[in-house]
Amino acid sequence: MAAVTELDPLEVARSLFRDQPAGFPYENFDLEELILPEDDDMGIRSDEDEEEEEELETETGFGSVIVVDCLPVVPEDKHEKLANVLKKIYSQIGNVREGGIFMPKDANNMSKGFAFVEFFSPQEAQAARAQTDGYKLDKNHTFKVSMFDDFDRYAKVPDVYAAPEIKEYSAAENLHSWMLDKLSRDQFAIKYGDEVVVMWNDGRRFRSEEAYKRTYWTESFVQWSPMGNYLATMHRQGVAVWGGPSFQRLARYSHQNVQLIEFSPAEKYLMTYSSIEPTNPREKVQVALNVFDTRSGKKLRIFGGNMEDYAIGSSAGPGGALRWPIFKWAGGLEDKYFARLAKGAIKIYETPEMTQLDKKDLKLEGVQDFEWSPAEPLLAAYTQEVGDRPANITLYRIPERTNVRSKQLFNVSDVKIFWHPQGDYLAVKVDRFTKTKKSTYTGFELFSIREKDIPMDVLELPNKSEKVLSFAWEPKGHRFALVHGDSARPSVSFYSMKDDKGKLGVKHLGTLANKACNGIHWSPMGHNIVLSGLKALNGQLEFFNVDEFEVLAAAEHFMATDVEWDPTGRYVASSVTSIHQMENGFNMWSFNGKLLYTMPRDRFGQLSWRPRVPSLLPREKEEEIRKGLKEYSRRYDEEDEALLLQADADVLQERAKQQQEWDAAAAARQEYAAQLRAFYEATYGEAAKEKEYSMTTVVVEQLLDVREEPYNV
Amino acid sequence: MRPYLLKGHERPLTQVKYNAEGDLLVSCAKNLQPCLWYADDGRRVGTYEGHNGAVWTCDFTLDSSRLITSSADQTVRVWNLPTGQELHQIRMNEPCRACHLSVGEQLLAFTTDSFMGSPPQLHLVDMDLQEFGERQGSAPKASYTAPKGRITRVFFTDCNRQLITSHDGGWVRRWDTETGDMLQEVQVHEDAIQDMQVSPDGSYVITASLDKTAKLVDIASLETLKTYKTGRFVQSAAISPLYDHVLLGGGQDASQVTTTSAKAGGFEARFYHKVYAEEFGNVRGHFGPINSVAFAPDGRSFTTGGEDGYVRIHHFDMDYFTTRFF
Repeated sequence: MAAVTELDPLEVARSLFRDQPAGFPYENFDLEELILPEDDDMGIRSDEDEEEEEELETETGFGSVIVVDCLPVVPEDKHEKLANVLKKIYSQIGNVREGGIFMPKDANNMSKGFAFVEFFSPQEAQAARAQTDGYKLDKNHTFKVSMFDDFDRYAKVPDVYAAPEIKEYSAAENLHSWMLDKLSRDQFAIKYGDEVVVMWNDGRRFRSEEAYKRTYWTESFVQWSPMGNYLATMHRQGVAVWGGPSFQRLARYSHQNVQLIEFSPAEKYLMTYSSIEPTNPREKVQVALNVFDTRSGKKLRIFGGNMEDYAIGSSAGPGGALRWPIFKWAGGLEDKYFARLAKGAIKIYETPEMTQLDKKDLKLEGVQDFEWSPAEPLLAAYTQEVGDRPANITLYRIPERTNVRSKQLFNVSDVKIFWHPQGDYLAVKVDRFTKTKKSTYTGFELFSIREKDIPMDVLELPNKSEKVLSFAWEPKGHRFALVHGDSARPSVSFYSMKDDKGKLGVKHLGTLANKACNGIHWSPMGHNIVLSGLKALNGQLEFFNVDEFEVLAAAEHFMATDVEWDPTGRYVASSVTSIHQMENGFNMWSFNGKLLYTMPRDRFGQLSWRPRVPSLLPREKEEEIRKGLKEYSRRYDEEDEALLLQADADVLQERAKQQQEWDAAAAARQEYAAQLRAFYEATYGEAAKEKEYSMTTVVVEQLLDVREEPYNV
Repeated sequence: MRPYLLKGHERPLTQVKYNAEGDLLVSCAKNLQPCLWYADDGRRVGTYEGHNGAVWTCDFTLDSSRLITSSADQTVRVWNLPTGQELHQIRMNEPCRACHLSVGEQLLAFTTDSFMGSPPQLHLVDMDLQEFGERQGSAPKASYTAPKGRITRVFFTDCNRQLITSHDGGWVRRWDTETGDMLQEVQVHEDAIQDMQVSPDGSYVITASLDKTAKLVDIASLETLKTYKTGRFVQSAAISPLYDHVLLGGGQDASQVTTTSAKAGGFEARFYHKVYAEEFGNVRGHFGPINSVAFAPDGRSFTTGGEDGYVRIHHFDMDYFTTRFF
């Protein structure tokens, strides 16, 4: 009988893939995870699928044909009219083939209520299907559009209904678990090399602690959802989100070659994006956007089409590219509306139906940019100056579409819209042409949203020739900061929207001249700001308190590329990402510029703080706590003290442990070393003996003075 | 700490090395003449004239009477150390890189790079350092072929019975001196090992690698004992004979050095605690990567040689001996 050799799957894998990168986890990969659940290929096609598909395409060649159903049933004399209507609709989307519209007739020459439309390419057909499915022709007729090739699939649907199996209920982990930390620490995710680590920032003890680590977790980056409940990872087949104390997978969203994602502010929806480069250079770049329900993973809506239809106004980046996000979500925690720019209009969509609000665009001639207020469904739109028509900044309340405030502007070259993080104010940066039209100067129009009739202020810099490099509102406050002047040594100015007595009016608070600074980062709690000189300025950091108008600390994180505040405004992380070859890693600072710890990591990709769930305290209560901070903090000081002592003890203990281990290993080597030494001495004789050095620590105590003094009680 | 800046080479340094007493220092560079200096004050004693290519490494006899140099000109030469007279040369057909004398100085081990189709090799030569003359140009007594990748350093160990080599690709290998059998190989680093130095007691080595770490490796087992992460390329590493300190030198690759500031490259010599693997100090000065570092045998001074062509001798201040760093 022939011996049966048992094959070890690991060995086989290793022999098959010899050139896998070092550290490929042959040993600790989880076979379970590689096995896909039934009926779910995560978008991975096997070779068989591929073959089958190709066959279909070559045999039928109907990939570029769509079937439009639910058309009106019309007599012969109206056939042509209906065909023309269809032609008009579909030639807007793609090139319809000559004679490509076919309507079958019955014996009485009545149309059968459906039609075939053939395009030049399958891409166009796909786009047409996506865009006109559900199109309302009139009150009684709503299009139902399918791909011709899909009919095969529909035919395979079994005739007998099989009830889906009801899965047993399993309690989900608490997604808010990280908010319950006893030491009220915050988490952040870092990516370096092939590793992603979620860490606790234990700033009080000058260290961080690993919460969860996983190799090859994502293929490009990780992203927290806006309230911190989910961590999204990117894969070729789509996106996955993870959460809870053990970072279980909560949902998957299939989207081939997904590139970018965006959560809605309250995390109800997830938008995914990919662009498809055409194989034929004459064709246009296509985009595909999917909207998913975050919790169920269900796909709710597909947007598609040519990239150039999406790259409009401020959505257009350099070189015809898109600027993410294309769809912007309305503020607040309703997740009710999202919108994008179109030519001469803003398209506003409504959830959960995912259809256009009132089925019509918000028509705005020459619209170039818009931004939602972060607090409510209120949007500010900018329309371009054309000929005699001035440029316009208009505030619309949605869904009513009422124009609540509007402002005309002349001689405008460019406009940028900055909402206050709590939606209290709106700043519009306006670059205007000078009289000669040869240069521009910058001014600000500042709206106070919370006041009656939304009053407006105008701010111009004292020196009109200066460029404004950046602008930032103070979160939870009334102030803003500006960087202006020469880009090598700019100045930073602070303004308040209210004076000391709370009366409205822009007030200059002060200017810091000649700062090596190209970025401003307000603490999420306001009051403090970090002025950073990143990249070309070598990583200068200045921690500044705006209340007292004083520098708390000036520091440097050499080569730093990014600065990010934690969500509580207690800590600041500065990092060097792998755009630099060396010094990769991050430094952790306290809000007042004390370096707490550093963590060098090679090939450092990103550091992202986990956002916190919005505070349940009303604003007044928060202010009250701020005022009584001394009272409240007393109880925490003791705790801090204890923690610090513990931390010191931990470090000493760790060192003692390492020393012990080293000593033990050194003792083990002793014999070997002695052997070498003996051989050495035997070989060289006397000559060897001279070169002995040793260090002894000698403690000499010297009595300087002895004095007797009376002891006072 | 005010260093002595020695400008004896107009090309990048390749190695700096103290003699056993610690009173002399030899620097090798990519120019043709290795230099001999007084380690105390940096006065130059003289140069060794004769090589026709970059000099990669050197070694001393214990009594400091002979100097061995190996060079890219495909020779290994033996010099009368005090006079600078060339006594002997071994001609090869490949560039010669690392060299090391056995205990007792009867044998010399040196390595050649792969060149014109020949593989990287490890050679052993009988040395009778007092009487050369007749055996000029003698061939190696034994040559062992190593796997692909340059051999960067070689050391005799285990009472001359074994050789330890470091390689490109991060490998450390152990060989039988007599038979040439490879006894053990371990991939210690993920990238090339640029330098390897033996501890004072000879029981472990420190390796410096382009994977941005330096490691202590036990000689008997080739196990990694400690890892020092630096975030920058490590070109050279040395172990203090006096304290539990190690010294690392390196920096951004010379071809990629930016023109903005010398600081950008990370060209400091950095001190780490040997056991805790924590950095506790650094010494600035070079304006290019440091290619070689060496501790004086008494541990009271150290020398660095840089891509910038300078040798810097540093004598520690009193602070170094009195401060408790941890």
